[in-house]
Amino acid sequence: MRLVVDLNRCQGYAQCAFLAPDVFAMHGEESLLYNPHADEAQREQVRRAATACPVQAILVEYPQEAPAAVEEGLSGVR
Amino acid sequence: MSGDHALEWLRREGRIVIVGASLAGLRAAETLRKEGFAGSLTLIGDEPHEPYDRPPLSKQVLLGHASADHTELPRRRGLDAQWRLGVAATGLDMAARRVRLADGDEVEYDRLLITTGVRARPWPHPAEAELDGVFVLRTRDDAARLHRRLAASPRRVLVIGAGFTGSEIASACRERGLPVTVAERGAAPLVGALGGVIGQVAAELQRAHGVDLRCGIMVTGLEGDSAGRLRRAHLSDGTTLDTDVAVVSLGATRNTEWLAGSGVGAGPRGIACDAGCRAFDIRGIVTDDIFVAGDVARSPHAIFGYQFLSLEHWGNAVAQAETAAHNMISSSSERRPHLWVPAFWSSQFGVNIKSVGVPSLGEEVIVAQGSLADHRFTGVYGYQGRVIAAVSFDQTKWLEFYQRQIETAAPFPPEYSSVDRRPEGLRPVPADFPDPSLPTHGPSVTVSGYSPTDQRITFTPARA
Ligand SMILES: Cc1cc2nc3c(=O)[nH]c(=O)nc-3n(C[C@H](O)[C@H](O)[C@H](O)COP(=O)(O)OP(=O)(O)OC[C@H]3O[C@@H](n4cnc5c(N)ncnc54)[C@H](O)[C@@H]3O)c2cc1C
Ligand code: SF4
Repeated sequence: MRLVVDLNRCQGYAQCAFLAPDVFAMHGEESLLYNPHADEAQREQVRRAATACPVQAILVEYPQEAPAAVEEGLSGVR
Repeated sequence: MSGDHALEWLRREGRIVIVGASLAGLRAAETLRKEGFAGSLTLIGDEPHEPYDRPPLSKQVLLGHASADHTELPRRRGLDAQWRLGVAATGLDMAARRVRLADGDEVEYDRLLITTGVRARPWPHPAEAELDGVFVLRTRDDAARLHRRLAASPRRVLVIGAGFTGSEIASACRERGLPVTVAERGAAPLVGALGGVIGQVAAELQRAHGVDLRCGIMVTGLEGDSAGRLRRAHLSDGTTLDTDVAVVSLGATRNTEWLAGSGVGAGPRGIACDAGCRAFDIRGIVTDDIFVAGDVARSPHAIFGYQFLSLEHWGNAVAQAETAAHNMISSSSERRPHLWVPAFWSSQFGVNIKSVGVPSLGEEVIVAQGSLADHRFTGVYGYQGRVIAAVSFDQTKWLEFYQRQIETAAPFPPEYSSVDRRPEGLRPVPADFPDPSLPTHGPSVTVSGYSPTDQRITFTPARA
């Protein structure tokens, strides 16, 4: 699935790196590096990370989920 | 047709065309649909790829943590749009409201949004730029090529130009264990963006990570072998450097050539627009059907004396695209100004660098928190007695505070008790920008209200 982090907003709290360590990792004290193309197997971890981010900086598009199923209308529909 | 009816018609069945299918173009398209635009939507992009994110290209991708082919931007919603990818717009007929495409097609619009961004400035000598081993980094194809070459363990990488992109490339190379030389014409890395005081910290960081940093040096020539492979660089101090990879990081050029002769006020510095993202024509009259957003735009900003700012910042592309899209389908009384406070981040040598405001306007800088020696600090820039910008090295938590200070034109140097005065932070010092483009004196302006629909402008008289 596709994801992007608004790193202007990110405060480096590292919740995401704790909840989905295969996708998000801290690099140094405060820099966040992430894989913008996370593996399908990571879906639940990524969802938890995106939900837990205290500044809601993580935007994810979950493939094959109808817009109605996701808050704010995130969807795989083109 | 009255104005209301025209607008209603536009929203229901008008045609909107977006030229430039990247970050700004995508976010604008999403906003148009979110705000109820039900007409036809066409996105034209010369890259064959759907919109992808660029910041990872010089970070995760070069480090091998992500693939250059997989940084596509997530979408916030279905767009129901026609995508014309892999075909450039080559011309614009303002009177007929038509965009010409490279394949001969023409697309008509009722509203046009231009988000054609910038491209990497190439190495100035075309024959040398053609050498195998000479790279630029702007697109995902550039990143894929460069990553492949770095993975093949070159003997040495030469980075030409130590702005943000060049410095991030050098950082990634060092992390991969590659020998790196950085040649920078200025006195320090990042000097154009952050000034000489902070630039010295960037220089220390590079050297501490084993970069062979050479400042005050220009690369005068690139030399290839008989097979056309780069093998040596010539430097302005008369020395040569053996290298098989050179990454040209000399900034960017605005993609406005396709508008030549169209009548839109477009040039090498970008496309001038008003605070509502409407493009100016060459007569200086604002258009009402052509809008601009992202790296290609140049727009006046109330907080910075209404100077025109062009910002090559990710966050600006998103915010300006959203404002442009809103304004494209709103009546004049419902339009919003693009009052986003400039902000960006960079990640290099393990340090998170972030900034708010416009540091290059700063005359002086004070280290308000932390210390330069620790490479962990917040520097605050002042212009005419007010706070104009702040930069943090691994101190993100302070930036929000300074953003408010900038928005309210708080006095500089800061006097609040929270300032953590280390010895070196006692006094403001000249920010030491190489070529300060000083803004004109004028009334200072403050911004208040933080909901995008609730931003008001209040004039305060100019300080004598
Ligand atoms: C390597 C790299 C690292 C970066 N890192 C950061 C960072 O850490 N922080 C930060 O804030 N910003 C960063 N940026 C900047 C950020 O990526 C840009 O601000 C952002 O991409 C701007 O988006 P845009 O849509 O305005 O323009 P662009 O992304 O440049 O998109 C413009 C699109 O229009 C296309 N186009 C051009 N001419 C035509 C034409 N005639 N017809 C059709 N299509 C056309 C282009 O090919 C391109 O696809 C980085 C940029 C790069 C390259
Ligand atoms: S949880 Fe949010 S704020 Fe924290 S590091 Fe991750 S993205 Fe940044």
